[in-house]
Amino acid sequence: MSVSAMLLVFIKTILVVSVFLIHVMYVQYFERKVIGHMQSRMGPMRVGWHGLLQPIADSIKLFFKEDIIPSAADRPIFYIAPIIGVIAGVSSVAVIPLWENFSIANLNVGILYILALSSIASYSVILGGWASNSKYSFLGGLRSSAQVISYEIAMGLSLVGVMMMAGSANLNDIVKAQANGWFIVPQIIAFVVFFISALAETNRVPFDLPEAETELVSGFATEYSGMRWALFFMAEYAGMFVMSGLAATCFLGGWSGPQIPFMGTMSGLIWFLMKLYMFIFIYFWIRATLPRYRYDQLMGLGWKIFIPLALLNIVITGLVKIL
Amino acid sequence: MPGTYIPTNYLPVAIIMVFAALVGLGAVVAGILVRPRRPYLQKLIAYESGNPPVGEPRYRFSVKFYIIAMLFVVFDVEAVFLYPWAVAYDKLGIFGFVEMMLFIFILLIGYIYVWKKGAFVWE
Amino acid sequence: MTLPQLFFLYFAVSMTGLSLLVVTRRNPVHSVLWMLVLFLHIAALYLFLNAEFLAAIQIIVYAGAILVLFLFVIMLLNLRREETERMFQDQWPVGAGIGVVLAVFFVVIVGKIAVLAPLGEYSIDAVQAEGHIMSIGKVLYTKFLLPFEIASLILLVAIIGAVVLAKKRI
Repeated sequence: MSVSAMLLVFIKTILVVSVFLIHVMYVQYFERKVIGHMQSRMGPMRVGWHGLLQPIADSIKLFFKEDIIPSAADRPIFYIAPIIGVIAGVSSVAVIPLWENFSIANLNVGILYILALSSIASYSVILGGWASNSKYSFLGGLRSSAQVISYEIAMGLSLVGVMMMAGSANLNDIVKAQANGWFIVPQIIAFVVFFISALAETNRVPFDLPEAETELVSGFATEYSGMRWALFFMAEYAGMFVMSGLAATCFLGGWSGPQIPFMGTMSGLIWFLMKLYMFIFIYFWIRATLPRYRYDQLMGLGWKIFIPLALLNIVITGLVKIL
Repeated sequence: MPGTYIPTNYLPVAIIMVFAALVGLGAVVAGILVRPRRPYLQKLIAYESGNPPVGEPRYRFSVKFYIIAMLFVVFDVEAVFLYPWAVAYDKLGIFGFVEMMLFIFILLIGYIYVWKKGAFVWE
Repeated sequence: MTLPQLFFLYFAVSMTGLSLLVVTRRNPVHSVLWMLVLFLHIAALYLFLNAEFLAAIQIIVYAGAILVLFLFVIMLLNLRREETERMFQDQWPVGAGIGVVLAVFFVVIVGKIAVLAPLGEYSIDAVQAEGHIMSIGKVLYTKFLLPFEIASLILLVAIIGAVVLAKKRI
């Protein structure tokens, strides 16, 4: 690999990630607007036209907030925990194909790469909760890690069906394998299992038990403030993007779609973003609609329903492919 | 043999991880100069709904969490065996299907045992 | 020294250093964190051996599952007492000395007798062409069928063992 090729990869990566981070920043504006309108409110309106500058104002506010570190905290781990989350959340985006034959890194183990990073992300939550040395944080971290690991199995097993259909774990190949029909039709069971597990994996409503305000204040993030808290927030939203992107890629054909006139290859990007934001909208919709699960129900759902369902889906897919 | 191959297609992964770490670090470090720092005792104690903290925060928790972690390891390894099988499924044919059914069946016995023992029940 | 060898040197040295950090930390949770870094290095080393599937599995199974189990077990312990107690027995310098001597012997002997095995049919190019997961899948479920099925029995034992152990304690 020549130096100029490496430089090109470098620029490409930094550019895409920067754009991604802006999306992550703005999606919370989108969330507040969507939920606001669903509850007959306007959402943010004050900063800029229809509150468009709200995320920037929020960032500036967080930047100037005092950084409180509890005296009983385990400092090194307290510092590192949110950064682990950001690394895992942001770098998962590398393998998701944005348009035809374009992803930051075209890896043969694409799906496994995302699964691996999402298992690393659980450390940020459990270690953050432990390092804070507070009861709410500790319980929040503990609950969250048990939840994340339970749903990780269901998520991995549901993607096995997709890999069987495509004969590859490379996300570019998976998109190409859907040229004759999206996998959401033959893999409908896998899709339902995947989507609900993804909600639990990213700690979103109705599975946001780690931060159940009514019982655990803010869960693992109780003792975090200012920018460090914002990093947890950023990791959560980056994870939401990655899961939506993965759902769009594995079940809705990713960037594939009819050519939009005058757009060239960017047509693929537009289709991909439309599918991605549809999933993100569903995330918000669910948040505005459903109440929170109880912890025992949550664990029961993961272990007693989703894992057998995912296994059943593998058996059915195998049978159908043989016949 | 080590020392003959460089995985160049993983270069972007390394770049993105370093970049993400820098963004995370930078966001915290950059603010040091501008943000206030006025710590006092009451601010630095652990939050316990306004009351002074009582007892040890990291008390012993239910052994259930330990069982879940243990089962997670086992089922994670099972899932790992499924990934290469799924990718190579077209090449393996009906033979591959039968052997994986046997594999899943044996693990299903364990799964049913665990269920009957009540490991998935949280009281 | 070529560039790939330099990378290997880096991984070898830093993995040894990280392992030392794991065993010398007073706080077990810090040990776990260093172990996480160590596992990431092992995964990266697998990448340099053209075994990307193993790299992913290293993270999913070891870093994502087994280390979480460690963390849960450590959190069940009483860390306050752990931090005040003596870390090593008195004879640790002797143990360390024997370890160093053995390491030197190992390096000398392996340098003398190591013979590289003949290359198999799965060369770097062959694995690159069809992908590492596909290569493993094709071999594991045909040639190594019996070990694979035995693995399921071992996993069954592990499941039953986990529940039996925990149930006794309740």
